[in-house]
Amino acid sequence: MKKQSEAQGYSFFQKHSQLLIPVTILALLLLFNLLRDSSYFNIAIRFNNDNNPVLAGNLISTIVDASELVILSIGMTLVTAACGGQDISVGALGTIAATMFAKVLYLFDEIGVAQILVALLATCGVTVLFSLFNGTLVAVFKIQPMIATLILFTCGRSIAYWIGQIANLFIPENPITPIIGTVIPGFPVPTPVLIVAVVGILFALVFKFTNLRLYTQTVGINQGAARLNGINCVAIKLISFAILGVCCAIAGVINVCRIGGKVTYNSLMVDFEMKAILAVAIGGNSLGGGKFRIIGSVLGAYAYCLLFNTLIAMKVPSTHITAYQAVVIFLLVIFSSDQVKETIAKFWKTWIVGKFRSKTTGTDISSGKEA
Amino acid sequence: MENEVLLRMTGICKQFPGVKALQNVEFTLRRGEIHALMGENGAGKSTLIKVLTGVYPKDAGKIILDGKEIAIHSPSQAQNQGISTVYQEITLCPNLTVAENIYIGRDKTAIVPWKKFNHDADELLKSLSIPARAKQLLGSCSLAVQQMVAIARAVDMQCKVLILDEPTSSLDDHEVEMLFSLMRRLKQEGVGIIFVTHFLDQVYAVSDRITVLRNGELVGEYKTENLPMLDLVSKMMGKELENLSNISVGHDKRATVERPAFYQAEDLASKETNPFSFHADEGEVTGFTGLLGSGRSECVRAIFGADKVSGGKVRVHGKSVKITRPKQAMKNGIGYLPEDRKRDGIIADLSVRDNIILASQVMQGFFKPYSRAEAEAFADEYIKALQIKTASQDTPVGSLSGGNQQKVILARWLLTHPQYLILDEPTRGIDIGTKTEIQRLVLKLAEEGMTVTFISSEIEEMLRTCSRLIVMRDKHVVGELTGEQLNQSEIMRTIAGGEEQ
Repeated sequence: MKKQSEAQGYSFFQKHSQLLIPVTILALLLLFNLLRDSSYFNIAIRFNNDNNPVLAGNLISTIVDASELVILSIGMTLVTAACGGQDISVGALGTIAATMFAKVLYLFDEIGVAQILVALLATCGVTVLFSLFNGTLVAVFKIQPMIATLILFTCGRSIAYWIGQIANLFIPENPITPIIGTVIPGFPVPTPVLIVAVVGILFALVFKFTNLRLYTQTVGINQGAARLNGINCVAIKLISFAILGVCCAIAGVINVCRIGGKVTYNSLMVDFEMKAILAVAIGGNSLGGGKFRIIGSVLGAYAYCLLFNTLIAMKVPSTHITAYQAVVIFLLVIFSSDQVKETIAKFWKTWIVGKFRSKTTGTDISSGKEA
Repeated sequence: MENEVLLRMTGICKQFPGVKALQNVEFTLRRGEIHALMGENGAGKSTLIKVLTGVYPKDAGKIILDGKEIAIHSPSQAQNQGISTVYQEITLCPNLTVAENIYIGRDKTAIVPWKKFNHDADELLKSLSIPARAKQLLGSCSLAVQQMVAIARAVDMQCKVLILDEPTSSLDDHEVEMLFSLMRRLKQEGVGIIFVTHFLDQVYAVSDRITVLRNGELVGEYKTENLPMLDLVSKMMGKELENLSNISVGHDKRATVERPAFYQAEDLASKETNPFSFHADEGEVTGFTGLLGSGRSECVRAIFGADKVSGGKVRVHGKSVKITRPKQAMKNGIGYLPEDRKRDGIIADLSVRDNIILASQVMQGFFKPYSRAEAEAFADEYIKALQIKTASQDTPVGSLSGGNQQKVILARWLLTHPQYLILDEPTRGIDIGTKTEIQRLVLKLAEEGMTVTFISSEIEEMLRTCSRLIVMRDKHVVGELTGEQLNQSEIMRTIAGGEEQ
């Protein structure tokens, strides 16, 4: 009987150990904020400039701020899993997306929901093409993802400028984009959060009704075997890049709508590639590809933004924030390393579980060392 | 000298989550002895070796070397104590020279006296009669010589205990003989050798004593001359073994019946093999045989479209089809269990369940995933049917023993309900019990009408299972044997004299 319960514990641990890190970080950060200043968790309904009700509070603004990163980290997780490497051009591609979106809107005299959708589709088309360029370099020419995407990383913002043809990016005056950036009149939940929810549901459906997860993991773990089982590895990698392209389009559009005013190409979506990679890593996903959990990356993205906003709320000067972030990331990386994990697991097994067992059952199998 | 105890392991226990890998195991190695460590897959051989070399910490027990109890925490520590291991896979660097491989990582000075080392290495190689030169790149040596260089490295590090883990599995007969003479030589110099292998013949050819493990427990230690092979096998399996030859009775009768061809290939060629023609009839077990590197695996890979097919006509059920990719082969009802299960077969990090449903799922299509319940039912069915030993369906397949991994891949293909199943070395590196199970299964499947092609390095196994053998040499088909011709000497003759045919 004991053997059985142990076997189950093993598989439970196997299944969920990955989420331990992001959940712990989120919990610690939340706890820290609770002890520091419980008003951090206050949620109120305020009215914005257009007199629409909107949820407000530190926690809400953290969740809103994380929107772009959450969406990007989903795509990044898939590329990482399938290709065993990261796309470092997502920030640049997001800028291209924002520019393309604005540019298409300039074509219309009147902007309504239909026009916005057309612009969004056109943006998706462009980013998917760019992403497939990356994907082809990786999947067909077998170039390391980071090197392959370095090209677009380098020239992406110049391409955005070339598409925009104006010094500062600006979305034409219209009633819809401010709604995307803030709230739908009469509904206080911020629109970016709703978009994230919709994207999340879409991905959940994709994973439920296709074999994307199984194929991607198989390709990421053992390409040779994947091929011999009839999986088209090139196609799977291209699909992962195409999905990341769509994610870039959505993230770029949200970002430019949230900013709402004039913005330069060099200040849009800055450092998002690194943040997205970090979110994937915090989520406990291997950056070497293979098995992945999307929820891990999503939690990782929220954890990153929570950290950032906590530091802001603590009035840490903005020039110092990166240093504090680095310390937290350092601790995180150390604690998620296999070395430390093993040590903790051993400690847990021999000292906590072992003692507990010997007290309750009298017999002890796991602490042979003490016997 | 012969009875002087060199190494004694007592009361060794080791437990993994859900599995007791070793229970109170004893092992004694004497000076100047070749001691075979035998057992089925999952019997605990590898675990015992890994405990001895410090890869796994032991849960309980003592290791006494030269009369002193020692604690080993890492492989390098084991090496310093005089316990060296040479693994099945070469763990040296092929792009360094032989001398560099022998001395690398052992010199603590800043400037390495390579001149001296090259000289010493040549002396060492000569003294052990290893056909290699110090300045030669290791990668340019044959696998057997590479293995012997690894042994030379161990010898030069004053090893007292030498562990050879499946050293012969990728060597041909001549190379095995070379390795054996080196082992006998070291034995005379007083080295204790632990020899882990699946080849029973080799155990009897070279070992002095045999220790048998089963299910993590010690069965016993025997002098080799006092333990007939049949007894050894039954001790490993824990039951009296029926005469293995009995299981092949079925196919001789069926051999005479005319059956329609399932698969026909004319001048099929791939990048890796010369054009060949081949047909497999329904319910027939065919085999490709030949020495290692003769192109037998390349032929079946071409049939499955695993390598780039460069020409030829293929017919399935008499209808002309195009098979250039694995997916097309699968759509035509062909399944293929690859030779190298680690590289081409298992998806190590994925669960047993995902590994079992993979091929079937791919055939079902990208947009039609099995529900969780369906997948679990399939996995359950085949875990039971093939008696796969695993803690649960969720266990990553990489943590299973070799034989069970092989069964998982077999389950994967059986689940696709293939009409034609190609098995390339399904029994390599697998214990005798599982081997017989797989052979039985092959014959049973054929009886039910499945077409099977079987490849094995062991000719006996081929003779037991196949009713027609394609003989290969140097990437050419040199003969086809059926009925009365199916015996070892005829195969040898065909391989050797293939040119006249």
